[in-house]
Amino acid sequence: MKTFYKKFSEKFIEGLLLLSSTITTLTVLLIVVFLFKEGLGVFNQKPVEEGFVIALNKQNPVNKLSSAQLKNIFDQNITNWIEVGGKKDSIILFRMEDITNYYSEEQIGEQYENLPQCISKVVDSLPNIIAFFSTKYLDKNFQGKQLDIDKISFKEFFSGKEWFPTAQPSAQLGVLPLILGTLWVSLGAILLALPLGLAAAIYMSEIANENVRKIMKPLIELLAGIPSVVYGFFGLVIIVPLIQKTFDLPVGETGLAGSIVLGIMALPTIITISEDAMRNTPRAMKEASLALGASKWQTIYKVVVPYSISGITAGAILGIGRAIGETMAVLMVTGNAAVIPHTILEPVRTIPATIAAELGEASNGGLHYKALFALGCILFIITLIINLTVEYISNRKKYNNR
Amino acid sequence: MKMPDENKLAKRKKWNQSIAFWIFRLLSYFIVAILFSILSFIIYKGVGVINWNFITQMPEEGMTKGGIFPAIIGTLCLVAGSMIFAFPIGVLAAIYMNEYVKDGIIKKSIKQMTNNLAGIPSIVFGLFGMSLFVNKLGFGDSILAGSLTLGLLALPVVIRTTEEALKAVDDTFRHASLGLGASKWQTTRNVVLPIAFPNIITGLILSIGRVSGETAPILFTVAAYFLPKLPTSIFDQAMALPYHLYVLSTSGTNIEASRPVAYGTALVLIIIVLIANLLANGLRKYFGKKVKMN
Amino acid sequence: MYKIESKNVDFFYGPSQALKNINLAIKPNTVTALIGPSGCGKSTYLRLFNRMNDLIDNTKIAGQVIIDGDDIYAKGVNVDSLRKKVGMVFQKPNPFPKTIFENVAYGLRVNGITDKKFIEERVEETIKQVVLWDEVKDKLKKSAFELSGGQQQRLCIARALAIQPSIILMDEPTSALDPISTSKVEELIYELKTKYTIVIVTHNMQQAGRVSDTTAFFYMGELIEYDTTKTIFTNPKVERTQNYITGRFG
Repeated sequence: MKTFYKKFSEKFIEGLLLLSSTITTLTVLLIVVFLFKEGLGVFNQKPVEEGFVIALNKQNPVNKLSSAQLKNIFDQNITNWIEVGGKKDSIILFRMEDITNYYSEEQIGEQYENLPQCISKVVDSLPNIIAFFSTKYLDKNFQGKQLDIDKISFKEFFSGKEWFPTAQPSAQLGVLPLILGTLWVSLGAILLALPLGLAAAIYMSEIANENVRKIMKPLIELLAGIPSVVYGFFGLVIIVPLIQKTFDLPVGETGLAGSIVLGIMALPTIITISEDAMRNTPRAMKEASLALGASKWQTIYKVVVPYSISGITAGAILGIGRAIGETMAVLMVTGNAAVIPHTILEPVRTIPATIAAELGEASNGGLHYKALFALGCILFIITLIINLTVEYISNRKKYNNR
Repeated sequence: MKMPDENKLAKRKKWNQSIAFWIFRLLSYFIVAILFSILSFIIYKGVGVINWNFITQMPEEGMTKGGIFPAIIGTLCLVAGSMIFAFPIGVLAAIYMNEYVKDGIIKKSIKQMTNNLAGIPSIVFGLFGMSLFVNKLGFGDSILAGSLTLGLLALPVVIRTTEEALKAVDDTFRHASLGLGASKWQTTRNVVLPIAFPNIITGLILSIGRVSGETAPILFTVAAYFLPKLPTSIFDQAMALPYHLYVLSTSGTNIEASRPVAYGTALVLIIIVLIANLLANGLRKYFGKKVKMN
Repeated sequence: MYKIESKNVDFFYGPSQALKNINLAIKPNTVTALIGPSGCGKSTYLRLFNRMNDLIDNTKIAGQVIIDGDDIYAKGVNVDSLRKKVGMVFQKPNPFPKTIFENVAYGLRVNGITDKKFIEERVEETIKQVVLWDEVKDKLKKSAFELSGGQQQRLCIARALAIQPSIILMDEPTSALDPISTSKVEELIYELKTKYTIVIVTHNMQQAGRVSDTTAFFYMGELIEYDTTKTIFTNPKVERTQNYITGRFG
């Protein structure tokens, strides 16, 4: 009986342990499910907010407009139908509030009871009109034609150059500036952090004596422990004004500020991982180099660095990963302009910063909300690729050393 | 072929080496200088702000005056909540991976997934927490939702540090116990865990340091912009230190006027991290020696 | 004239003395085996000849080590040049993470030689010298890690030979090799003797008997006996040497 009890409790505990260890797996799967369910929903939606229609005069040969064309028309960047494949005539914009230009308030009625009819008439009477109004006021016998608007396509999403998720009438969901902004800032960060981090790793593992190392190691750990919001704050009050003054800019919140802050934040990752790799260089290999008359420095750059190159690469890639995923610090110092940056001295906006800045305003389940989840998916995929690459590199190294 | 002059060559090699080493030394010191400039700047600006009232009072006058008490309490709640969730699960998972499962496909895939989880950016945790805990499960913006989100984020950290701690326990201890007829769980509980305990606690402290500074995951799961009262249940919203700092420095009602409070908040955050790191290092050293002496 | 002489050499790791008053002289173009139980100081002694022990913190040497008439521990000695003159082969094959060619060329390059043709000739010459040429001539650009253990060790010997040392130190060069590779390396040692002075540390009594001309027996940091290998193995003067050689301890 007792052995039975013991056996039973052993099995029970083992089951409990197994269960705990599957939670990480479960979480990853859940994250994938939730992220992609919401994110992919974007491609099932039209860029025009639900409950609104775009209508043209029946005689207008134009049947389709892309969301970018729509935006340009309503921004009056496109003013002639010929630019979108129609007749050579200038475009007349019509928004719901414009109705008062055509009809008096009495004609519309106190309860807007005649509004649908009025809109219908206006659209019918002006061949060059494009109208944007709520489906509520769509007349039963509407005399215009409702414009067919494509669902948001993959191509549009990834190659679109504009990100205005709340634009009326048509949301602009081009993630290109955000992706480029993210890569831009991260690349800058790694260009700053890699030489510095590598130098520190070499110094700590090969040059400094044990006492100096014992002091530096916890300091680097501390650097890793400082919350990102504190880095962001530091960047905001020190680095941003400094950049503004140095380059005489209208604003100091720039890609450069983001790169500097992210570079500092990526340092601990790069240093710790490459230092580990270099310290793993077999002593005999270093001795063999020295025994051939090589100096310590020659040994470092001809033997130690090549030997630990995969570890160093892993550190650099993980550093980039950190930078790409970092949210708060970037949000606070890059100025968050959703345009494709041309220099490092312009404001940029990264994917994580966009999510953080906009999710609070996006209505639950709406197009904007889903678009932000789609951004989350992109981020997730990028970091997953980075993780798998690092894994692959470190596995290959093990194989090499056999 | 003329051989290079030995002495000239030696001189050149020495010269190259000392230049290279000096560059590396200077760059390393530069990094340390960056760290110290961040720390000393925030300490310098913040130390005048921090006093008993700052820590124990509610924010006043649009958060430009008064204290940060609710943010401190909020962060404490979140740290406690996330650790209640992540610590036991993480430790159990690590025990399973290190003591029970043999090297193979299961261990490899669990490890891979844990690594993947660790690599996911914190903002994605925020998205996930919002859609699962806040919306789907209907917890709303609450300490519960925030704690669970932070707990998931801390899970890989706890698992990793615990695994390291367990790995450091010499196999002879296990063999000795198993040889006496103890079961696997008895061995783990009575022999392995007590030896690994200090290192596990070190991991716990480090994850507390990490969790207390995270902002992105709590943005949409718990954090309140301004809430001059303390949470009364786990379904309440709460303020939190890192979010408070973010709000004060970017979108407060009067950014200039709230700067001192921001410096004070940043300093409190830094102090938390410093204490966590010192404590962890101290524990490591203290118990490291103790184990050796035994 | 001796190639290597050590006079009253003491060596310390921190407070503990690893070598006690070692006096020994080695003739040119001979193979000298250093034998003794592990921890007896034979490896430490070997590493004095190219100042490899300098790399270990907290060590101290007293006495003189003289190579080609010069005290190598005197002030102002150029250690890089010394190490060029005194090559070393290690216990385990330890090729660099480079191609086979670059492994052998390494010593030339770090010593300031840039002439491509000269390097190519020297590399080929030395790989032939260690009887590895036929096995690797088609894959000189491949990683040295692709070679077998025995091939790697011969490559490491070639690497040491490429900078034309006059002394070669070998620290248990065959302990990680299989018997066939071991015998190849031993043959090589026998041939190299005509050009180089070789000092070899070995655990393997038969090996010492096969390859060396003179043998030094170390015990607890002291040189117990030093004589021709024949004498040491057939007619040792000290009882402890006899016991060790016949396998009564060690």
